[in-house]
Amino acid sequence: MDWSQSLRLIAPEETLSIAGLILLLIAAWGGDKASRLISILAVAALVAATAIVAPALCSGAMGPDTSAFFGQFRADAFASYAKILIYLSAAASLVIAPAFFERFNAMRAEYPVLVIFAALGMGIMVSAGDMITLYIGLEMNSLAAYVLAAFLRTDGRSAEAGLKYFVLGALASGILLFGISLIYGFTGTTSFPGIDAAISSGLSHGALFGIVFMLAGLAFKISAVPFHMWTPDVYEGAPTPVTTFFATAPKVAALGLLMRVMLDAFGSQAAAWQQIVLFVALASIVVGALGAIGQTNIKRLMAYSSINNVGFILVGLAVATPQGASAMLFYLAVYVAMSLGGFTAILMLKDADGNYVEDIPSLAGLSRTRPALALGLAMIMFSLAGIPPLFGFWGKFLVFQAAVEGDMIVLAALGFAASVIGAFYYLKVVKIIYFDESVDVVKGESDIWHKLILLGSCVFISPLGFLLTKWLGGLTDTATTALINAL
Amino acid sequence: MSGFPILSLMLLVPLAAALACLFLDARSARMLALVATLVNLALGVVLWLSFDIGGAQWQFTERVELFSGFSWALGIDGIALLLIELSVFLMPICIGASWNSIEKRVGEYMAAFLLVETLMIGVFAAQDIFLFYMFFEAGLIPMYLIIGIWGGADRIYASYKFFLYTLLGSVLMLVAMLWMVHTAGTTDVPTLMAYDFDPKVQTWLWLAFFASFAVKMPMWPVHTWLPAAHVQAPTAGSVILAGVLLKMGGYGFIRFSLPMFPEASAYFAPLIWGLSMAAVVITSLIALVQHDMKKLIAYSSVAHMAIVTIGLFAFNVQGLEGSMMVMLSHGLVSGALFLCVGIIYDRLHTREIDRYGGLAINMPRYGLFFLLFTMASIGLPGTSGFVGEFLSLGGIYQVSTWAALICTTGIILGAAYMLYLYRRVVFGEQKNADAAAMPDLDAREYLMVVPLALAVLWMGIYPESFIAPMRADIAALEARIARAAPAGDSKVVVGAATSKEQPAHEAAAHEGAH
Repeated sequence: MDWSQSLRLIAPEETLSIAGLILLLIAAWGGDKASRLISILAVAALVAATAIVAPALCSGAMGPDTSAFFGQFRADAFASYAKILIYLSAAASLVIAPAFFERFNAMRAEYPVLVIFAALGMGIMVSAGDMITLYIGLEMNSLAAYVLAAFLRTDGRSAEAGLKYFVLGALASGILLFGISLIYGFTGTTSFPGIDAAISSGLSHGALFGIVFMLAGLAFKISAVPFHMWTPDVYEGAPTPVTTFFATAPKVAALGLLMRVMLDAFGSQAAAWQQIVLFVALASIVVGALGAIGQTNIKRLMAYSSINNVGFILVGLAVATPQGASAMLFYLAVYVAMSLGGFTAILMLKDADGNYVEDIPSLAGLSRTRPALALGLAMIMFSLAGIPPLFGFWGKFLVFQAAVEGDMIVLAALGFAASVIGAFYYLKVVKIIYFDESVDVVKGESDIWHKLILLGSCVFISPLGFLLTKWLGGLTDTATTALINAL
Repeated sequence: MSGFPILSLMLLVPLAAALACLFLDARSARMLALVATLVNLALGVVLWLSFDIGGAQWQFTERVELFSGFSWALGIDGIALLLIELSVFLMPICIGASWNSIEKRVGEYMAAFLLVETLMIGVFAAQDIFLFYMFFEAGLIPMYLIIGIWGGADRIYASYKFFLYTLLGSVLMLVAMLWMVHTAGTTDVPTLMAYDFDPKVQTWLWLAFFASFAVKMPMWPVHTWLPAAHVQAPTAGSVILAGVLLKMGGYGFIRFSLPMFPEASAYFAPLIWGLSMAAVVITSLIALVQHDMKKLIAYSSVAHMAIVTIGLFAFNVQGLEGSMMVMLSHGLVSGALFLCVGIIYDRLHTREIDRYGGLAINMPRYGLFFLLFTMASIGLPGTSGFVGEFLSLGGIYQVSTWAALICTTGIILGAAYMLYLYRRVVFGEQKNADAAAMPDLDAREYLMVVPLALAVLWMGIYPESFIAPMRADIAALEARIARAAPAGDSKVVVGAATSKEQPAHEAAAHEGAH
């Protein structure tokens, strides 16, 4: 393994780092006037990075050839799949941002740069082959994310969100680091293959504690119950484009990372952590569904919805089979599309003066004032609820198919039953926008980019999405094979 | 039997029209919906005419491997054929029923109805178990919107109840389907119908399917969504709900529960009998005290559906054929009754029985048709209701005389509440001046009730046309479940066989069907 090949394997990370640094210089000299140019260049850099990682997924890259820097970094098909999702959702949250920030005169040049660095950190997370790489990627992402949450400086809610996110995030990072140090202490290594070799014969109590602490830290990052409390506050307080970003890319990155750690490093001791993941998954589904019922702010509702959806995705991990992992990846892609569409639709809810409407009762009668937007929002709600023939159903279907085939029928039955509770609050939104008497609040015009992104995600989650099942299913299987064979 | 994908076309026509309706104004949306449903009716006639009675069990099959995990597989047997015919026959009538009464958001309304038609045909034609599930579940969305947007006063509560009840039933079924596909290694319905699952597991699978079908059927005591949904739904919504959507539960029992889990079906048969007996008596008594016409007919639907379930779980040809006939007849008759209620509701905007009276004086023609459908609902010989109920009860008599005895009281109670309703609405004095001033049927209403009346009489006088297409399929089903059939307590002695007449009979049926 020579340096040149390692450097070639991290080409997307290099692209993003260099682009980020150059954009930072442009920002320093050009100031906020250059923010539009910087946004465009940042989107270009993210698209370029996507193009660079795509071949690894298409060719199904795996094994030693994809391992860089002595196993610390992996550029295999799995990393590639996750990175494509991360980069594309980062690009989307850049595209939808200007229209929002210009309203508050807050479109600053730092926003695209921070998103790029966050995306870079997330790319490193999903490529990690070593605990140290994992932690560096995670912190790089988190630091950028704390600033992003507080980006709307004039808004008290945004500052509060940033502070909450920082304090709780730092605590979670500490817990994670503590777990890593326990693992290191009891196995003598930080590399995933080394850990796997050390625990393959049996798991010491110390290492088990390490796993529990790592799971706790990562559960915070994916906002799984019981570490979900920050999510509604941060989602509500952060500027909506940033919330869009939080709901998509970091979820993919943290879940990808979780899959790597659990299925690679601790894959041979699945029985030790399956129970924990099982509990976290079911608790997230139930708490996410019940917590959402009383919400009147649509961003808080979406926060609980994301907790709920993470629970469904974790069902795939609890099964601990390749099929479960593949189903998780599929669900992630659908979830990213639904979240992007959902938050873009929220961005399009503006009253006559152009103020953003987040209050759910104000949406009453939206179907009469803005029929197309109402249809899009209703489709996303039905899709999040997992009602066929919308594509959100297929994500849940695959995850539970994996659960049934992994002999966890009770889990599948409980999860499905809980999804009915979730359906209740999604229906509530549809009820308000379709059945209630119109209050005629939402009238404002929407940005063309918002319309395009909403249209794109609605086409994806419409029944037409099922035509992609073969192709997307093939990709997730490739990515899963790469993940399983990484050792 | 050409390769022409007629079933896909029947799915595509209403779907395309539904999408187009979203962009049209009220007038053109109505026209387009009517044209699309009539085209589908024409296709349905072609389908029936080219259905080869006595030919292959599965006809018009199509299979395209479009998706991973399941495939676009369609195909029908005689049972599915008849239910599809019922759907396409009722749809233009539904559009006609909403011609003037729906004024707000006509485009979306018609789109929702056309979508319902697509999904109903899909449910009956799907030959892939997951494709079936998708059609089965997807029907919730348009029906939720139809009840919630265009329904009456309590529509929100009714729509939630409808959606969440049926969803909870269905998700359990999906888990069972996942397990079945995992075990049998195929999603193909005909293959699964012949697959023998372990009898111990069958119990669980049967219960999971039962959770879904019993709610959809609806069986007592999970029927409570139905009166709520019916009362609040617009007339056409009620027609389609009673006419076709309720048949999805019965179809599910015939297609899935019975052939796939014969042992479990036999094990749980007493449960079904018990629930059906309770349903017949209890819901009939409830119907007797209703003041709301639609609620009364809704409860009578539950009672009729209980006759369907009791016939299905009689495990013999008579019972099964009877159940199918009750389903078809109930589709026509209850649809027609809801239409009759809708006709006077459009004039007076109330469903209170007391607000009417003496309609025979100012609306004699209406009274005539209403009488015909009332008699058909009671099961008078010569109407469609008689054939099915007689066969069903005859079937159950061979297995359980007690069940037959108690369910037959349903016919008497049915006569009681229907005649009582008819007397209060059509006969008697003209107590209310506004009701007395209502005009008789107009041309549009004739166009809706006359075809229904003819179909009801046809099915009553010459049921062979309807029994012939499904005879072979019912026989195959009976052969499949015979090994588990419970021993009867009636000791019926079969008389001299009439098999010599059979060929002549079938030839006649063939002519009649064309």
